[in-house]
Amino acid sequence: MNNDVGLKNNAPNKSQYPWLRAVRFSLLGSLASVFIALSGMPVGLDRRAIIYPVLSLGFLAILWIPVAMAAAAGNETVLEGMEARKRGFVDVGVGALVGLGSTSGICCLMVLIKNFDLRDPFVNWSPQLLDLLSYRQNISVGIGIWLLVGAGLGAFGGLTHLISGFSRRLILNFVFAVIGVSVLETIVTDLSEGFGLAWVTDLMYYKRGGLEIYGALFVGIVSVTVLLLLRRRTTTTRERFNSLSLNDQSRVKFISIIAGSLSLAILPFFLGKITNELLANVGLFVLLALGLNIVVGLAGILDLGYVAFFAVGGYTTAVLTSPDSPGFSPELPWPIALIVVVVLTGIVGLFIGAPVIRMRGDYLAIVTLGFGEIIRLLFLSDWLSDWFGGAQGITNIPGVEVGFATIKGTDPRSVFLLVLFFCAVAIYVSWRLEKSRLGRAWMAIREDEDVAEAMGINTTNTKLMAFVVGAVLASFSGAIFAAKVGSIFPTSFIMLVSIIILVVVIVGGMGNISGVIVGTVVLIGVLGGPKQPGLLQEFSQFKLLIYGALLVWMMLKRPEGLIPNIRRTRELHQDEFLQDAWLKGQIDSEEDNADSNVRKEGKNL
Amino acid sequence: MSAEGHEIPLLEMRGVNTHYGAVHILKDVNLAIYPGELVCLLGGNASGKSTTLKTLLGMVTPTTGEVVLDGEAVTKESTSYRVERGITMVPENRRLFKRLSVLENLELGAYLRKDREQIALDLERIFDLFPRVKERLGQKSGTLSGGEQQMVAMGRALMSNPRVLLMDEPSMGLAPALVQTNFELIQQIHEEGVAIFMVEQNANMALSIADRGWVLQTGRVVLDDAADALLANPDLRASYLGEVGSA
Repeated sequence: MNNDVGLKNNAPNKSQYPWLRAVRFSLLGSLASVFIALSGMPVGLDRRAIIYPVLSLGFLAILWIPVAMAAAAGNETVLEGMEARKRGFVDVGVGALVGLGSTSGICCLMVLIKNFDLRDPFVNWSPQLLDLLSYRQNISVGIGIWLLVGAGLGAFGGLTHLISGFSRRLILNFVFAVIGVSVLETIVTDLSEGFGLAWVTDLMYYKRGGLEIYGALFVGIVSVTVLLLLRRRTTTTRERFNSLSLNDQSRVKFISIIAGSLSLAILPFFLGKITNELLANVGLFVLLALGLNIVVGLAGILDLGYVAFFAVGGYTTAVLTSPDSPGFSPELPWPIALIVVVVLTGIVGLFIGAPVIRMRGDYLAIVTLGFGEIIRLLFLSDWLSDWFGGAQGITNIPGVEVGFATIKGTDPRSVFLLVLFFCAVAIYVSWRLEKSRLGRAWMAIREDEDVAEAMGINTTNTKLMAFVVGAVLASFSGAIFAAKVGSIFPTSFIMLVSIIILVVVIVGGMGNISGVIVGTVVLIGVLGGPKQPGLLQEFSQFKLLIYGALLVWMMLKRPEGLIPNIRRTRELHQDEFLQDAWLKGQIDSEEDNADSNVRKEGKNL
Repeated sequence: MSAEGHEIPLLEMRGVNTHYGAVHILKDVNLAIYPGELVCLLGGNASGKSTTLKTLLGMVTPTTGEVVLDGEAVTKESTSYRVERGITMVPENRRLFKRLSVLENLELGAYLRKDREQIALDLERIFDLFPRVKERLGQKSGTLSGGEQQMVAMGRALMSNPRVLLMDEPSMGLAPALVQTNFELIQQIHEEGVAIFMVEQNANMALSIADRGWVLQTGRVVLDDAADALLANPDLRASYLGEVGSA
């Protein structure tokens, strides 16, 4: 579609600069930056510096737009049989124009704010915004600066198309390393303290957050050097790995998995409280996401009330272990309580699943949504408050006794280790299930329920199994959550939890274990969970906005998720794949070694 | 009912009445399929052909009447039970598990079977029958051409090692050139000793390979005869094979 201009101009062998596209992206950039400005992000985030005193997170929230738009406007697919357009300074020029266009929206906004008061519909239509946008200068000076900055950033965006792949990677690496290290300040300082390198971070960071200028330079240079040093090595390592026999490859994979999990288990001892707390939260969501991944990703049952099982797990643990449990208080030790929790949540899964499972698609989603709320409202209700304490919840839940230590919220390190253990269990279970006969049956049901039935699969039972397995994994998370927080309230189990877990699973890549884990770590770790703060505490106000935007973008551009499973990539980009494969003769080469490809299908991709 | 010497039918419908809600779909339908036969059920739209298949496979329970599989009444049994005892279906429009690979589709056909060695042998048998399928094993089945999908669908059904294969409109949605090949494939499977019960709109083609056939009209069997006789039947020619007669 990018080349339609080229075709219209009757230049079959050369495509010209896609001007229309540039105009479109300028407008898009304008709209996006005005939207972000009016969302209150710049003012809200201005206090947090990225590079002190040059760049704040608030400005970064707008400034990425001209770069991204200019770069995106310059993207084009080279059509088969057509010569690629020669990149030249026109790219930089157009990039600058696109950048200019993208910032023009901000300029208009400034003029409008100056002259009209639209505070009524737009809450953030404020003098502070104008003040910030005009760099606390006269408005015309502000506009001038914005246009200059926009043009400059746009030119940079365009420039990325001119330079070769590797230098582009270096530059991007530099930029992202600086932003990343600055944004992830909490975890970086925490880590460096753990390794006794606190003085480095003290030097690098400004004391109220953000990198110092020389700190930023240092980080950038280090990242570039690392990339330069590793460049050769990664390719040779990959080649060597590929040259290994299948058996050896799986052995290498196995060893690296063991090494990875060992280092993860040691990691908390080098981390401070905040980071451990964060990781423990992330781990709880990994557990939930893995469970939902089985229900949604494998069996294709869109469960929007998944939080119900988390709640049941949490509340059951609370009732069984807390001495303050209002109705029934056996004060069981946590591990024994856990057994009861698992059984009970499994039963609840059966009870909720049995009526729901006969529905399909939209109806199922709506009904599960309802059940999720029903469970929360039951815990909140006066009717059951003699058992669950109503809005007061259940407090004084003891930690987990493991002989030599007690795992509780005040010691996030131990919680993280506990979560890690259960995550490992969940990963193993998911992995085995995916490869199992049951996993196959789930996938068959996801694909076509009627035909699955005609193949002899008992669809009702199989779907119920997915529900129950998902419920049990969520109950682990609930049980740890209760012991970690020490008290439990109905407000912890709002619908938003279900939605966020679903978003995390979709963004990570449905039906793909590693994708789901990465998605959870990135989203929950950086942005935070529904109530849990992430690394970017400043963003907590805009968390849902970002989640929503990300979801829309992912569904449009990368429906296969962050870390695409080869299987999903193929199915979602099937037409493109077929075309490509056909043109490159890959289908034919696949035929030749069809047998060896059976197990690791799609290697040719 | 001519049975070519076989006494006990492999699959039988005895006086079956089926309702969807209050609507009477099948009206006192009696069918019998004998081992190794190739029979076809003809009928216009909404005559109850697909319901007949679903009733045989147990996805629809008849209101009255019985489904008998190899002498055993299975009317109340689940689909899984019947599949395990040797019925299976090639669904209308093939309906592969599009996002699973060809091999996974085939393996799902053998979902209920536990005899691994025999499954491996059956897989080989299917490769012999459809060499194209073997070339496509690792590919997503949704990316196959229509003809190849038909082969995989048949292969998938055969993987359950059926004694009766139910086929719902096997030629539907196939390119005209493929229809002929498709019927040849069906004959090939038939020659392997599998009884085939085929529901088809392409009456002429279906009857040319079938032993016997029935004609279903608004849920009632109106004609029941040998395929040759049906082909020659003036009523049938008038209603289904009209073009052939005038051509």
